[in-house]
Amino acid sequence: MRFIPVSCEQRETMLHVVGARTVDDLFEVIPEDVRLSRPLALPRGMSEIELADELEGLAASNTSGLVSFLGGGCYDHYIPAIVDSMVSKPEFFTAYTPYQPEISQGTLQAIYEYQSMVCALTGMDVANASMYDGATAFVEAALMAARVTKRDKVVVSAAVHPEWREVLTTYAESGMIEVVTCPVADGRTDMVALEELAADAAAVLVTSPAFLGGIEDVAAIAGLAHAAGALLVVGTNPILLGVMEAPGNLGADIVVGEGQPLGSAMSFGGPGLGLFACRQQFIRQMPGRLAGRTTDVDGRPGFVLTMQTREQHIRREKATSNICSNHALNALAAGVYLASVGSVGLAGIARACVAKAHYLHDALIKTGRFTTVNDVPFAHEFALRYDGDVSAMQHTLLERGYLAGLDLHRFSDDYNNVVLFAVTEKRTRAQMDRFLEEVASL
Amino acid sequence: MSEHMKREAVARPLIFETGSPESRCVEAPTLDVPDVDLDAALGGNARAVAPRLPHVTEVEIARHYAHLASVNFGVDNGFYPLGSCTMKYNPRINEWACRLPGFAGAHPYQPAETVQGALGLIHGLQESLGEISGLPAVTLQPAAGAHGEHTALMMIRAYHVTNGDARKRVIIPDAGHGTNPATAAMCGYTVTQVPSNDRGGVDLAALEAALDTDVAALMLTNPNTLGLFDENIVEITRMVHEVGALAFCDGANLNAILGKARPGDMGFDAMHINLHKTFSTPHGGGGPGSGPVCVAEKLAEFLPGPIVAKDTDGSFMLATPARSIGRVKAFLGNFGVLVRAYAYIRALGAEGITEVSEQAVLSANYLKERLKGAFDIAYDRTCMHEFVISGERQRKQHGVRTLDMAKRLLDHGVHPPTVYFPLIVHEAMMIEPTETESLEVLDSFVDAMLLIAREVEEDPEMLHEAPYTTPVRRLDEAAAVKQPDLAWKPAE
Repeated sequence: MRFIPVSCEQRETMLHVVGARTVDDLFEVIPEDVRLSRPLALPRGMSEIELADELEGLAASNTSGLVSFLGGGCYDHYIPAIVDSMVSKPEFFTAYTPYQPEISQGTLQAIYEYQSMVCALTGMDVANASMYDGATAFVEAALMAARVTKRDKVVVSAAVHPEWREVLTTYAESGMIEVVTCPVADGRTDMVALEELAADAAAVLVTSPAFLGGIEDVAAIAGLAHAAGALLVVGTNPILLGVMEAPGNLGADIVVGEGQPLGSAMSFGGPGLGLFACRQQFIRQMPGRLAGRTTDVDGRPGFVLTMQTREQHIRREKATSNICSNHALNALAAGVYLASVGSVGLAGIARACVAKAHYLHDALIKTGRFTTVNDVPFAHEFALRYDGDVSAMQHTLLERGYLAGLDLHRFSDDYNNVVLFAVTEKRTRAQMDRFLEEVASL
Repeated sequence: MSEHMKREAVARPLIFETGSPESRCVEAPTLDVPDVDLDAALGGNARAVAPRLPHVTEVEIARHYAHLASVNFGVDNGFYPLGSCTMKYNPRINEWACRLPGFAGAHPYQPAETVQGALGLIHGLQESLGEISGLPAVTLQPAAGAHGEHTALMMIRAYHVTNGDARKRVIIPDAGHGTNPATAAMCGYTVTQVPSNDRGGVDLAALEAALDTDVAALMLTNPNTLGLFDENIVEITRMVHEVGALAFCDGANLNAILGKARPGDMGFDAMHINLHKTFSTPHGGGGPGSGPVCVAEKLAEFLPGPIVAKDTDGSFMLATPARSIGRVKAFLGNFGVLVRAYAYIRALGAEGITEVSEQAVLSANYLKERLKGAFDIAYDRTCMHEFVISGERQRKQHGVRTLDMAKRLLDHGVHPPTVYFPLIVHEAMMIEPTETESLEVLDSFVDAMLLIAREVEEDPEMLHEAPYTTPVRRLDEAAAVKQPDLAWKPAE
């Protein structure tokens, strides 16, 4: 396949105008010793029909149709049909960043509406146009807190997703911030340890629910953080904010989250959506793009990218972040998703997730094969200890069509025999009952 | 403006101002398990007040976003010669491919034996990008170009630290993208800027003066942001290596040299690639992109984990390199974007990939030749896939700024080129046609530009007010900063 609409004859015309004999003449500006003198070692090109066949083959060699209880930061929620229909409009997906607002009002208004929805969900004053994912939003929040407080120590709870903590550690290698980990007590942040560690910290970083599903006492953590002069950063799950108190009402200063559940496919873990929101007073230290409402020269309302003096293309090494491309199309999907479910639908979906998770949790304990790891409140995800070989159990259940949770052994030896189950509104009671029968038969 | 855009008498209401409180679109499923007492289940954390989200029906959503789409401009709507952004056509087979249930529905923590197709695709793309760049060790984890720059610089930092040689500075030419210094600062480096020479390349004397054993890396875009291939590239990377520093290539301009030259062969140790530029994945109104990093063997052990490796039995598995800098994001990268780029490379093959750069370079040189009578070319020699005009003459002689000319292009149904970048050219306008535009489109752009050049002389006042035909006209950006309105708030 080729996507070049220039004929051989036209190419000759163009070469003539340019004053070149062949197209290779144009590449003579490249020093000869670094010009590639052989064809690239890539397979030959193919027709669309052949390509479709190959891609279908690759996709089909992934096992699909499994009944999944996998979560851990990526969730199998229902995506309303209207979402992909809107996101597939080429005026949206083939557009660049809206640097020319006169012809980008669609993207800009959609971002403004998305920002408004994120503020509504999180209880924050301002939200940016998105970050890459929850993990990188979490790190940017830590860096922002360091700028705001002019301190460099951040305290992260060990109850946070291990991959988010790992990304934080990777970034901290630069020496910009020092990461101190607060231990866990019963699956949640250890409040006694936190009180001591929070002294002189720029930020206390937690997520609620925590990685193992437990719901943190955010208000109490906020009290400890603020007493130490630190900002509180809270990672959230946006679906659960349909029924869970907004972190902004519990004392959070910066709220981040993985927005994939809002209308983006799991897609093997990406692209997701980094939610990022904060209180008004910190706005000048925020990373990322912001869309704002204004008027044009004729007084018509319109939208622009604004407060760009925070950003890399203006401030270069003094920018609040190096972020340029964000996840605008996923933010668009989130906007369409939230409009389609509304607060009633979102609360209903979140309630279904919570009720189904509690149903499965209680029933798994009743099988006698699983025991509680932490006796703490949870929403739609929970960890249980299995009384046998987790790997063998999951393998057997996979053969019967189930993804039987996440074996936490992959993250730490502390989690031997611990399985993390996530239940979304897509799981039916019938699926869960059959799954429970399979578990009982092991 | 292009035909799909119309000015309307009244602005479209916000989605929040549409519908009514009873309006519903998607509802939750009927609960088939016992209900829970939410406040008890959530440990007293149930939400007191519902979030103020829109309440609309499906048809209202469809109409709302159809309207928003109608006041938005993408590559499908017309010419988009946005320099440094490579706004080429986005093939539809790629969009279809990433939505296949086997890809879209895969969970990142599925057992490896259930995702061999996805892992195989990632492995295949790693190999292809390694071959194209001449830098064989590859991570696909970074989510965007700037993220890739950060990843590469953290690897370079780890390399120096491992050698017991923590260094403090990064050198960046004055023509570099803003992300370069911003990234260097995020990695804890101080930035030393070096000027360009009178041919638009790196000033070797200035580079020599800036280089010492405290320099960790040079970040260089090649071809550079003037659209010029640096003739001294071999000498530049040699000088960098001589003081023990490493050479990083900002790969934003890779579309110029596919199959023609490889950064690895030029002496670069690492580069990032923008799949959303060179490899045709859509920009999505600002993202998601994908910023793979390709490195030389000496940096391979520092790649962020996990990468996909081939096991002895031919199956694919995840592996983390020995001295990995660690993860740079959750999971495995922007897989949906990787599928599109893989499909593009497979569709084109070696020959098609090379033709991309041949045509991109020819089209840029064609536009440069056709425009150079009416406009001043910043550095008028054979360019690569883009070139830069300076509007300084128009500003001095007629008081018309590049911004005015760019805004006037909107009335011709063209997305303006990048303006005021690179910073080293006064009143810069950076034009990148890409290979996916026909000669007719290029010629009509030339016609529009030549018309504007005449308007500059004959009616400069008119240009200050442009555009005239777009859905909205110039917006008050100062007011947007002074009185920030960043979120809708319900009327009290």
